[in-house]
Amino acid sequence: MTDQVTNASGAPIPAAQTRRDARDRVLGLGKKDFGLFLLVIALTMLAPFILNPFPEGSALSQFNAGYPDLMQRFVIFGIFAIGFNILFGLTGYLSFGHAAFLGVGSYAGIWAMKLLTLNVIPSIVTSIVVAGLFAAIVGFISLRRSGIYFSILTLAFAMMSFALAYSVLTPITGGETGMQLQYFDPRILDGPLEPGTTPRANLFGLEMAASYQLEVGAWLFTFNAGYYIAAIVMLIAFYLAIRIFRSPFGMMLRAIKSNQQRMNYTGLNSKPYTLAAFIISGMYAGLAGGLLVAMDTQVGAERMFWTASGEVVLMTILGGAGTLIGPVLGAGFIKYFENIVSKINESTLEAWFAFLPGGLSDAAVAVVYPFVGKGWHLTLGLLFMAVVIFLPGGLVQGGSKLATVFRRDRNAGPVEGAAAEKRQAAED
Amino acid sequence: MGILEVRDVSKRFGGLQALGDVNLSVAERSVHAIIGPNGAGKSTLLNCLVGKLIPDTGSVSFEGQSVLGRKPHEINQMGISRVFQTPEIFGDLTVLENMLIPCFAHRDGAFDLSAYANMMSDTEIVDRAEHALSDMRMADKRHMHAASLSRGDKRRLEIGMCLAQEPRLLLLDEPTAGMARADTNNTIDLLREIKETRPITICIIEHDMHVVFSLAERITVLAQGTPLVEDTPDRIKGHPKVREAYLGESSGH
Amino acid sequence: MDAIILQILNGLDKGSAYALIALGLTLIFGTLGVVNFAHGALFMLGAFCAVTLSRLLQLSHEVVDDTRTDFLGNPLTVDVPYVYDIFGESAGAAIIDWAVPLAILFAIPIMILIGVVMERGLIKHFYKRPHADQILVTFGLAIVLQEVIKYFYGANPIPTPAPSAFVGSFDFGAVLGFDPGSIVYPYWRLIYFFFAAIVIAAVFAFLQFTTFGMVVRAGMADRETVTLLGIDIDKRFTIMFGLAAAVAGLAGVMYTPINSPNYHMGMDFLVLSFVVVVVGGMGSLPGAVLAGFLLGIIEAFASMSEVLEILPGINQIVIYLVAIIVLLTRPRGLMGRKGVMED
Repeated sequence: MTDQVTNASGAPIPAAQTRRDARDRVLGLGKKDFGLFLLVIALTMLAPFILNPFPEGSALSQFNAGYPDLMQRFVIFGIFAIGFNILFGLTGYLSFGHAAFLGVGSYAGIWAMKLLTLNVIPSIVTSIVVAGLFAAIVGFISLRRSGIYFSILTLAFAMMSFALAYSVLTPITGGETGMQLQYFDPRILDGPLEPGTTPRANLFGLEMAASYQLEVGAWLFTFNAGYYIAAIVMLIAFYLAIRIFRSPFGMMLRAIKSNQQRMNYTGLNSKPYTLAAFIISGMYAGLAGGLLVAMDTQVGAERMFWTASGEVVLMTILGGAGTLIGPVLGAGFIKYFENIVSKINESTLEAWFAFLPGGLSDAAVAVVYPFVGKGWHLTLGLLFMAVVIFLPGGLVQGGSKLATVFRRDRNAGPVEGAAAEKRQAAED
Repeated sequence: MGILEVRDVSKRFGGLQALGDVNLSVAERSVHAIIGPNGAGKSTLLNCLVGKLIPDTGSVSFEGQSVLGRKPHEINQMGISRVFQTPEIFGDLTVLENMLIPCFAHRDGAFDLSAYANMMSDTEIVDRAEHALSDMRMADKRHMHAASLSRGDKRRLEIGMCLAQEPRLLLLDEPTAGMARADTNNTIDLLREIKETRPITICIIEHDMHVVFSLAERITVLAQGTPLVEDTPDRIKGHPKVREAYLGESSGH
Repeated sequence: MDAIILQILNGLDKGSAYALIALGLTLIFGTLGVVNFAHGALFMLGAFCAVTLSRLLQLSHEVVDDTRTDFLGNPLTVDVPYVYDIFGESAGAAIIDWAVPLAILFAIPIMILIGVVMERGLIKHFYKRPHADQILVTFGLAIVLQEVIKYFYGANPIPTPAPSAFVGSFDFGAVLGFDPGSIVYPYWRLIYFFFAAIVIAAVFAFLQFTTFGMVVRAGMADRETVTLLGIDIDKRFTIMFGLAAAVAGLAGVMYTPINSPNYHMGMDFLVLSFVVVVVGGMGSLPGAVLAGFLLGIIEAFASMSEVLEILPGINQIVIYLVAIIVLLTRPRGLMGRKGVMED
């Protein structure tokens, strides 16, 4: 065998073809990844405009999602899902207890605000560290098993955390009522507050609740400090996730999902890899929990209930497990449903179908009504089933399929689509 | 003293004596074949060598160090690579990524938390993987999904991945099982090339006598969990005990 | 001593429910190899079969009763259930009173039908998909089923009483020679336990002594060989799914007087039932039953005030704690077989 690099036909490969894309990297990202990152930056920064497309007071204004509370939730649950995807999307280990880390992160965050300062940075750092430590313990034990046993172990840990937070640990969790900030909390860095004042989280004096409202004609756009801080944190988290996906470490995680036997017989110890992935994804959950506390300065144990763990599974699968952008889309989708579609009531529907003749309009309302408003869970469940059955790559795969229909001339699908198609191909 | 020394290894599964006092010495840089009829204990022996099974008694040492009680990845890091009966590759990954993994494992060890670096900017590793691919004549398939390769290509890739770790001992478990004649011959040629160009010891478990006699320098015949004879291929061919073990009662005809 | 007997009894009714659901889960897993997260929803559907029957029986029409007058002196209109018209007043009243036990007959065909439709329509397409996908699609189905029930029956629990003959408690203390009143146990819980025992025995007898059961057991052990023997194992597995659905449904029907059914009761039980199945050992029917009763009783003991004084909150987490310990020390559960679900 020669040292000369040759391809199949025997001709030398010009300086290793695959290294070519190493040259045009921006921020350490490949061209397509960087494009995707720019797109996400643009979407999050312009979200107050994008999410408020309808003028105030118009019939459609209830579809506006550009209010601070919901926008914060979009990005925070986006972080949660990005982190979950690092574990599930890459290694294939399905954790059914990830909400525990979110909850633990929240409790840690609120205690940092009670004991240290109302500044959100120490609080968020505490959330990440404590959730990471907790994930290390749970992961160390749960990862001794795989498959459904792993899922049940994580579920058991999360339910235990929930039950303890709800009962015995009441002194530090607030039990059923949850934890709130009080003016008399001993904040050793800030000093005490005036009696009767409401403690508000801030970033070096900038309050999370601070907002600037911009009126353009009939449109009203709200720019909220808390949202932008959470959005910047999400962008950092997203950037780090891209780096992890494209790193040797990320490739090893995919290798674990693909063939653990070969992994071990290639001299690699899969246990520390899965544990590291578990801890990283636990830290992401803790970060999300810390941000939730930073935004609304309260925690309740229901944040750790298994349905909350199920929700992040739904988000990740719906958007596209194993893809970069999928979990963010899934989180946005579900939070939009939860907050907007759930508000559609019978009279709204009647207004929509008013253009139809009497009987038909009633029929249309009757047909649509079970799926909106309080029935939004039904739509979500059906949608989720449809995705699992027909689109194992999630919405991202659906999008890339549509894209290939429209652009037959291009051979290569978009970056994201490729990952989704991969998953599909692996299952075929 | 051979590179691989198996001393008095035995293994029972319940009432079945799968291996009984197996002694085996594989000389460095040789091609050693282990043959035997079905149920002779070939696979059990192999699993004892790579840490998948722990023998009840005896010792297994590689380059003077015991392998017993070590996990498969530790044994691999000692310099033993294993090729499976059905190719075990990373089906969801591309061919190039399949090749990158052993290159990383060889350089960085059993665990490396480089979660921030880009794997494709590691020119040392990428070059090595590209080399390994061209050695296997698979460079043009680098972006294909490993799962979509033909059976013969999967086998080549798996062998290439093992070689990329520069092992000193390569264990092959029936590498041509279920292959068409052409693929079998390609595999024989590939293994022969490996033997001639690399400082490597090859230990092969095989059913197909064509493969064994084309490659092996020494052959151990295993029957009912114990080595029957060990000798050169020429002598094994005519050995009465071997005929008896393989042909069983039909030897009387 | 009496306290111990009382706790064992307390553990039996919950343990019975766990055992019945876990038995159904294991039947499905063992035969079809599918992890069914919608099994709790089947339990819930069974409970709502009882609710539906009791409502159907109480369907009534208005009748003017000339013998009585309301406070204005007009003849009183009263609602008369149709069953009164058919069976007469006293028999009709008895039928309404016995709605829950009657719902057993009502639920069996419905649950089998639901199970068969589920298997043919959805589950069978997932045999070859990864376990994670099976978990996810049945999880989605569970959400859909409980939302449908919520749409029709609302979100509040619906009290569904036991027949009046079974209201009240049985004084075990007096019977066993302890102080009267020291071990008091509601009749219906006792009935629930016996009912569960009968259903479990019936399932085991069915699998053990019928040819059908023998083939299914063979199929559980080695599906390929049974198929090679020319037996249409698929059809039998469909029937097994129907049977498992019926077992879960019956568990739900009989549970209604103990806990008023609501749309999310299935999910609440499912999480625990999975823990039960895993503790018992995936794919082991006796393991599922054993673990069901065991965990029910352990939970009851952990709820004793003497225990709670030493370990506060232990009753909330004991099942999960046991599950974690069992899984780590006996990775295949109490009675699990090797190689099941270990991908």
